Amino acid sequence: MAAYTPKGVLTTPIFKNNPIALQILGICSALAVTNSMSTSLVMGLAVIAVTAFSSFFVSLIRRQIPSSIRIIVQMTIIASLVIVVDQVLKAYAYEISKQLSVFVGLIITNCIVMGRAEAFAMQNGPVMSFLDGVGNGLGYTVLLLAVGFFRELFGSGSVFGFTVLQPVNDGGWYVTNGLLLLPPSAFFVIGLIIWGLRSVNPEQVEENEFKITANTKAKEAA
Amino acid sequence: MASNNSVKKTLTVAFALCIVCSVVVASAAVVLRPTQQKNQEQDRMRNLLQVAELYKPGKDIRDLYDELVTPRVVNLKTGEYAEDKNPETFNQFEAAKDPAQSITLSGSDDIAGIGRRENYATVYLVGDPDRPDEIIVPVRGQGLWSLMSGYLALKGDGNTVVGLSFYDQGETPGLGGEVENPKWKALWDGKKIYPEDSMDPAIKLVKGGVGPQTPDAIHKVDALSGATLTSKGVTHLLQFWLSDEGFAEYLARFRDKTQGA
Repeated sequence: MAAYTPKGVLTTPIFKNNPIALQILGICSALAVTNSMSTSLVMGLAVIAVTAFSSFFVSLIRRQIPSSIRIIVQMTIIASLVIVVDQVLKAYAYEISKQLSVFVGLIITNCIVMGRAEAFAMQNGPVMSFLDGVGNGLGYTVLLLAVGFFRELFGSGSVFGFTVLQPVNDGGWYVTNGLLLLPPSAFFVIGLIIWGLRSVNPEQVEENEFKITANTKAKEAA
Repeated sequence: MASNNSVKKTLTVAFALCIVCSVVVASAAVVLRPTQQKNQEQDRMRNLLQVAELYKPGKDIRDLYDELVTPRVVNLKTGEYAEDKNPETFNQFEAAKDPAQSITLSGSDDIAGIGRRENYATVYLVGDPDRPDEIIVPVRGQGLWSLMSGYLALKGDGNTVVGLSFYDQGETPGLGGEVENPKWKALWDGKKIYPEDSMDPAIKLVKGGVGPQTPDAIHKVDALSGATLTSKGVTHLLQFWLSDEGFAEYLARFRDKTQGA
């Protein structure tokens, strides 16, 4: 387990071990905030900050944490950081924080943050844990941006708020796809991305949990 | 490592962590509060200026607001200005929660779905406060998912709409959320709230579009497609806030004035 390199922990979560696409963590917020790219980006940055610093602090005090209350300790650290991030956003990015509304607060329940604190930071040094947090946050951000790109482009005809496809509502030609503005559409987009990623990296494909038996031959009813 | 799990150690770690975390959270909240409040104020003012079509991008919002807008507090029951209340500090949304400063609305009265209505409300006047060019009144009501709060700007006659804008709403993006679409908001310009001879609000959203042939087109605005309940909410909240329960009493004086003149 000592084979972690700074570059490795930073880059593997982006494509090889993406928290959303491979570990299927943090789906809830990925559905909710990806209807535009700017909200995706800010949400991603917020998650990077929280994962990185929570991993850092958890790792810093990992030798002092009694194992009986370790989850609560991690949660307290994560929750405090999320509140700080939320406050900072409200102060310096008010418009975006209004759009993200409760989802910044819900980073607390984002499994990626907790997962990294428990799985990585509890066993590794602070600097490595910090980088691991940044890496996983980046993986989350990259996927969010990819989903956000499709949803904003085809849902509102724009990218980062700049109009690319002039929508009919504003006198253009592009009929916007209303479904893509609704959270469920992110399921389709994420599903397609996962399919794509696993076609490129076949080792990501999971083993079947059950073997489907071959069809029995149809018989004449007795 | 076993010592980490002793009762004493557990309590010490938990206690120390809580102290540190609460200090961090509390100081972040205290340090950033002034900036946040400024943002909220600016956001509200910008909406106010936008709905009155006074907003100029690039200009300082605060200066523009101070220069153009005069807030006044109105007693909703009598329609008179409440001179004893300071419009800068009076908060009608706080007042709506205080039983001493608000009334409970029941069933059929509460078409906007707000539960309680404050006795005093802040209105914003543009131009000469005695003969304003525009009157901006705050409106709010339940949509499909959320409480929608916004401003309605009226011309000096207290009847012709300049604009309607919601600064806080959580309706479905792309459907009900289109209440923030500039194109839809533009439909409100020039509509009339009240019929010629009454103070019963006639304004409403209708399905299927409003053309010049539509009867009473002057009181009708095209509803949002795919958002029946949000549209209903908008109709209801306008009819509530412009009825006798809301600003009708206050707005009536502007009509009398213009008709007399």
